Amino acid sequence: MPNEPAPVPVHTRRTRFDPADELRRLSAGGPVTRVSLAPGAGDRPLWLVTGYHEVRQVLGDQVRFSTSRFGARTPGGTSKTQRPDDGIGLLMDYDPPEHTRLRKMLTPEFTVRRMRRLRPRIEAIVTECLDAVERAGQPADLVGLFAAAVPGPVLCELIGVPRDDRDDFLRRCHAHLETGKERGERAAAGTAFTRYLAALVARQRKDPDEGFLGMLVRDHGEEFTDKELRGICVLLMLAGLDNISGMLGLGTLALLENPGQLAVVRDDPAALDRGIEELLRYLSVPHAPTPRTAVEDMTLGGKRIRAGDTLVCSIPLANRDPALIDEPDRLDLTREPGPHVAFGHGIHHCLGAALARMELRIGYAELLRRFPGLRLAIPAEDVEFRVRSTAYGVERLPVTW
Amino acid sequence: MSMEIRVDRERCAGSSLCMSYLPAVFDQSDDDGKVLLRTPVPGADVAEAVKGAAARCPTGAITLHARDAQDA
Ligand code: SF4
Repeated sequence: MPNEPAPVPVHTRRTRFDPADELRRLSAGGPVTRVSLAPGAGDRPLWLVTGYHEVRQVLGDQVRFSTSRFGARTPGGTSKTQRPDDGIGLLMDYDPPEHTRLRKMLTPEFTVRRMRRLRPRIEAIVTECLDAVERAGQPADLVGLFAAAVPGPVLCELIGVPRDDRDDFLRRCHAHLETGKERGERAAAGTAFTRYLAALVARQRKDPDEGFLGMLVRDHGEEFTDKELRGICVLLMLAGLDNISGMLGLGTLALLENPGQLAVVRDDPAALDRGIEELLRYLSVPHAPTPRTAVEDMTLGGKRIRAGDTLVCSIPLANRDPALIDEPDRLDLTREPGPHVAFGHGIHHCLGAALARMELRIGYAELLRRFPGLRLAIPAEDVEFRVRSTAYGVERLPVTW
Repeated sequence: MSMEIRVDRERCAGSSLCMSYLPAVFDQSDDDGKVLLRTPVPGADVAEAVKGAAARCPTGAITLHARDAQDA
């Protein structure tokens, strides 16, 4: 008999574009609330941080808050369990100085100028996906053919996965990251995916190309272990699939439901850039960054936090806090974008933010240019939202044009 | 009284936020991906934007300092 699906953790609950009412009630009680994220999660102290300033304070302080579950700094200064192989290279789960060492080598590969070199490739991928939408006929599902179809190939371009391997690579990757799958099935897919990554790393070590992996081994070959290089590829897939597909799908829905706002950004690249920041803030597709562990006792948002307590920072609530922007629940693509935390804050601020912005810009602009008459093919209230995922989004978006 | 910008390149996480927000003042190094200042003492016309960039910096690497005549 299939198991009952686990309840949706409280910090990921939403109602259409908004945080769920129960989350609103929590945050109305103060910027930091003691919660149990899911029934049965145990009674260790867990805090949900919902205030904009408090979220910035936690994410901006890597000294008093640790993200690492392994080899972590604990109150006694002793280290916990050793990092397992499949956690190696996942930057969001490292504290300084290990984080500093890895991040320093990766940062130059993600500059705005480096990312611009990918632009023609991203444009070509977006065009291919929109061709597929057109071929599919009306109504077509914009999630399957566009929102969820664009990020995978873009990441393959970034990493340097050869064109012929792309479909296999993405299939294995999805199976590897899929959380709904049986353990055994996932382990098998994981092995296949890891084996492919190992071969890719070995090839680049021997004959580095101009891509991201090639540049990393050329500049820092000796400083990275193979496991780290593989892990960094997994990290890019983890960070760059659901977040982008969520933003493309949910953002398109938000634009279709607000035709006046859509008109503002349609043919104006500068307006679109500004609008994307507002969409990032308003939609806040990542529910929360890696949970933090308090390293020492402290008071935060009026609450007494003890060393060892876990803190989960709510991105959607922080980005809807009036402390960030007036009338936070209004979507206004014309306003000056506030300093939102959709890409996080502090030393773990999203490494791929420049790539994400470019991908979203090209994606929305091309979609709107190609299908000027784009509209929903189902009643707005029938749209299903994607709840069981690290990033919020829509399940399907049937459209006509 | 004018304003002087200081950047702490040790703290900088290379987010590229400042250079995207105000490219006339901030740049990003091709070597380490971190912030570079095009001008440490920007004109009054961009003062507000400089404050906006400093407020957005995820690591607090951008600080603003009053600069008066005696400092010279
Ligand atoms: S905004 Fe801050 S962290 Fe980002 S590049 Fe500029 S100085 Fe560095």
